[in-house]
Amino acid sequence: MMGTIRALAYLVASILFILSLRGLSNQESAQRGNRMGVIGMLIAVVITALALLAPVDLSSMPTPNWSLVGVLGGALAVGCIIGGVLAARVAMTSMPELVAMLHSFVGAAAVIVGIATYLQPADAYEAGRSAHLIEIYVGVLVGAVTFSGSIIAFGKLRGMIGSKPLLLPGRHILNLIVLMACVTLAYVFHHAEVPWPDAGAGFFDAGMPALLLMTGLALLLGIHMVMAIGGGDMPVVVSLLNSYSGWAAAAAGFMLSNDLLIVTGALVGSSGAILSYIMCKAMNRSIWNVMLGGFGAEAGAKPAPGAAPAGKVTETNVNEVADWLLAARHVVIVPGYGMAVAQAQHAVKEISSLLIDKGVTCRYAIHPVAGRLPGHMNVLLAEANVSYDIVKEMDEINPEMPETEVVMVIGANDIVNPSAETDTSSPIYGMPVLQVWKAGKVVMLKRGMSAGYAGVDNPLVYNDNTAMLFGDARSSVQKLLAALREKSA
Amino acid sequence: MKVGIPKEIFPNECRVAATPDTVEKMVKLGLEVVVEAGAGDASSFADAAYIEAGAQIADAAGVYGAADIIFKVRQPIGRPGGAHEADQLKPGTILVSFIWPAQNKALVDKLAARKVTVFAMDAVPRITRAQKLDALSAMANIAGYRAVIEAANRFGRFFSGQVTAAGRVKPAQVLILGAGVAGLAAIAAARGLGAVVKAFDTRPVVREQVESLGAQFIEFKFEESGEGAGGYAKQMSDAYLAAEQALIAKHASASDIIISTALIPGKPAPQLITAGAVTAMAQGSVIVDMAAEQGGNCPLTEKDKIVEKSGVTLIGLTDLPSRMARQSSELYATTVLNLLKEMYTPEKGLVIDLKDEIQRGAIVLKDGELLWPAPAPAAAPTAAAAPKPAGNNAHGAAAAANAKKSSSSGNIVAALAAILLGAAAIFGPPEFIQHLTVFLLACVVGWHVIWNVTPALHTPLMSVTNAISGIIVIGGMLALFSSGPGAMLLGGIAVLIAAINVAGGFLVTQRMLKMFRK
Repeated sequence: MMGTIRALAYLVASILFILSLRGLSNQESAQRGNRMGVIGMLIAVVITALALLAPVDLSSMPTPNWSLVGVLGGALAVGCIIGGVLAARVAMTSMPELVAMLHSFVGAAAVIVGIATYLQPADAYEAGRSAHLIEIYVGVLVGAVTFSGSIIAFGKLRGMIGSKPLLLPGRHILNLIVLMACVTLAYVFHHAEVPWPDAGAGFFDAGMPALLLMTGLALLLGIHMVMAIGGGDMPVVVSLLNSYSGWAAAAAGFMLSNDLLIVTGALVGSSGAILSYIMCKAMNRSIWNVMLGGFGAEAGAKPAPGAAPAGKVTETNVNEVADWLLAARHVVIVPGYGMAVAQAQHAVKEISSLLIDKGVTCRYAIHPVAGRLPGHMNVLLAEANVSYDIVKEMDEINPEMPETEVVMVIGANDIVNPSAETDTSSPIYGMPVLQVWKAGKVVMLKRGMSAGYAGVDNPLVYNDNTAMLFGDARSSVQKLLAALREKSA
Repeated sequence: MKVGIPKEIFPNECRVAATPDTVEKMVKLGLEVVVEAGAGDASSFADAAYIEAGAQIADAAGVYGAADIIFKVRQPIGRPGGAHEADQLKPGTILVSFIWPAQNKALVDKLAARKVTVFAMDAVPRITRAQKLDALSAMANIAGYRAVIEAANRFGRFFSGQVTAAGRVKPAQVLILGAGVAGLAAIAAARGLGAVVKAFDTRPVVREQVESLGAQFIEFKFEESGEGAGGYAKQMSDAYLAAEQALIAKHASASDIIISTALIPGKPAPQLITAGAVTAMAQGSVIVDMAAEQGGNCPLTEKDKIVEKSGVTLIGLTDLPSRMARQSSELYATTVLNLLKEMYTPEKGLVIDLKDEIQRGAIVLKDGELLWPAPAPAAAPTAAAAPKPAGNNAHGAAAAANAKKSSSSGNIVAALAAILLGAAAIFGPPEFIQHLTVFLLACVVGWHVIWNVTPALHTPLMSVTNAISGIIVIGGMLALFSSGPGAMLLGGIAVLIAAINVAGGFLVTQRMLKMFRK
């Protein structure tokens, strides 16, 4: 009977998870979606615990192993407290790091569960042992890659590891060798008789060394793969790791014959895959290009020899910008990673509110890959209390650029680069960009004249209708806000 | 170097070629500025304001005598019973002004005899880089706006439709002929007053601009494109003109106000509104013929006059920008200053570079030597516009190719999946097949659900999927309750870290979602 209850509960939990993801499709239903996820998770954990405590029937409940229950409760409680503290403390600007870190936990859990499953007596899984072993092996492999990859992504996003791609010579061959080694070890693992080498069996008769060795290799593979990816491609990497963490959970489901894990893992896996696809599309690059390309460094290494910056840069000051903004009827603000780094979103919001009070139509234009995480800018603006009604997507705002008098670009570069549309030799050619140059006036807030992550010179800064406001985004925005307040008072 | 700003002597000309604002900028560039006394009076800039900006005030002779560069609005003319302005220029002076060299050949000869250098603001090439010194567009913009104001002044009704207690008022129907800068400005102004606006232009490419301003574009189908070099309209055949007139007559009878701006460079204005079309209009209608200077778009228009013919008021004023002298002066002064900045830097002084497209286009005389007209511009906006659709096509083709590629890669994936399924069915245990089915179905469901997620919620989506993938906690629990101390220990650790994920993921999602508000 317990088995039936459990199966039903898992079904309910699966549906709740699906509804949860569906709820996230728009802002109105998003909070409800999140709550459904929570309920689904509670049902899953509680029912699993009950089923473990009373495997056969509730009426014939044996004396539970209280020490195990204590461990379970303790682990859950400690985990929840740590998670809760992390979630409550994290600044919205460091959301990418948190997400990367959480991915690594799923990866780690998948590895641990895989190894633990392998340690269980083999006869429990005698039927279809081969399939079972392969499931374990694949689960641990994916989990390990997710784990180490996410840790590196976390380090890069935190700035603990340089964001420049690390390009080892012959890195593709290196990856290939590691993968071949993993396949070879799979063979060894599959043919092993016992988990541990003991007196009766030779080293290669035992599966565990092969499994652990593969885990090590997979960890290296994860590290190497993410190390080779530039900072600007982080949105893709984070979504990809999101996807991996799902596949890792699904693999765990296979090895444990647990349908809920399989369903949930598949949901998360496809979600991450779609996000990766959307991000790649937003950069006009294939997933292989991102994974194998080491983009950014190659272009940055050769700062276009003959084509030195052509044209003059017009510098401006906050007073002038304030005048332009107050005189305009349509203003578009384009936030980029620079705004996130400088934590300028609150001051930017003040500016947009002030302009809206003055009757200026002020909106935000978000490029799909602005920031280091899909939707990063939206979260920051939401944190600053910007109404999501005035936060527009690229396709919505581009047709309105010609009617816009002033565009303010805050700490963004590649996503507003006109050479993506005009210069076929540009490495970012073909990437859809925000067509800010069609507006009457473009004000670029930048720290200096450096190129963006793609390492591509941006001809926008030499345009006649572009004015540069140099300086740290936060202080520039704050000064601009002060000037606006003074002028509009 | 000294810049001189004389007072305009052309009848009814109220504009001035420098404002206190541009004077201040010139002084900052290290130039001296001499302004003729009272030069800015008509555009509400007092001498005192120029002095405050750093200029000296002098009389006309003082200005012409001292200046190395003269900024003017109108071309030099003779004073009634006095010296010709051109004769007051020192040899070697640089004159920046509207010149209209094609129409004023005698003046150009006169200036050449004075051995001066002349830049014509009306000859600045229409290229993107020169937009900030495009004085014609700046003035056309003002004229278009003012034309609507003049029409409103003569029109005896509201522009906007209203429903009042005293009866319903229909909105005014405004027809704009020619959607150049002036036409577009007129559309915007008429729309701003609440009128229903239609616009006609022979160039189909302007349709988008017209519609972007909220006006209806009147389509004219004829086997000739109306776009000539430089983005201006070109002259068309007689049959074409007749068809055009018929179309306009049809729309004119339903219009209360017509603002006509149709010009063809170097040619008399096309007569778009026939006398018959005027008589067909309702009593009290107004026509503002902005082409009056070049003969008018309507044969009944009288230059510089406001006349009434068969109950229709025809406004033929040619000084529309001057009627908004302060605004016009501000914009014109800026364009002139921008031309100066093209040639002058504090370090190098003034250098005329004939290789520069803008300077080459605008220069008429260099020390008396005739350089006008400049060689024809190589790249007209038409040419610039042409590659664009081509580019779009290329883009579209690329997109199609991509779609093809992705669908073919989709086929490969599907084939691989089928092979795997087949292999599993043959070699795998039944339990595995069952799981695989569940897995694939879940993938399909996930695929369909996620596509609907709005990009703004990608981060919350990611953190919620993160929390959900913490479902692996169940795996940890299973391991924890299994036999064997090793498995138990590992299970405990797995439960712990998965729980971090679950709690952290859900809570941070909740925190983020709370922030999203309308």
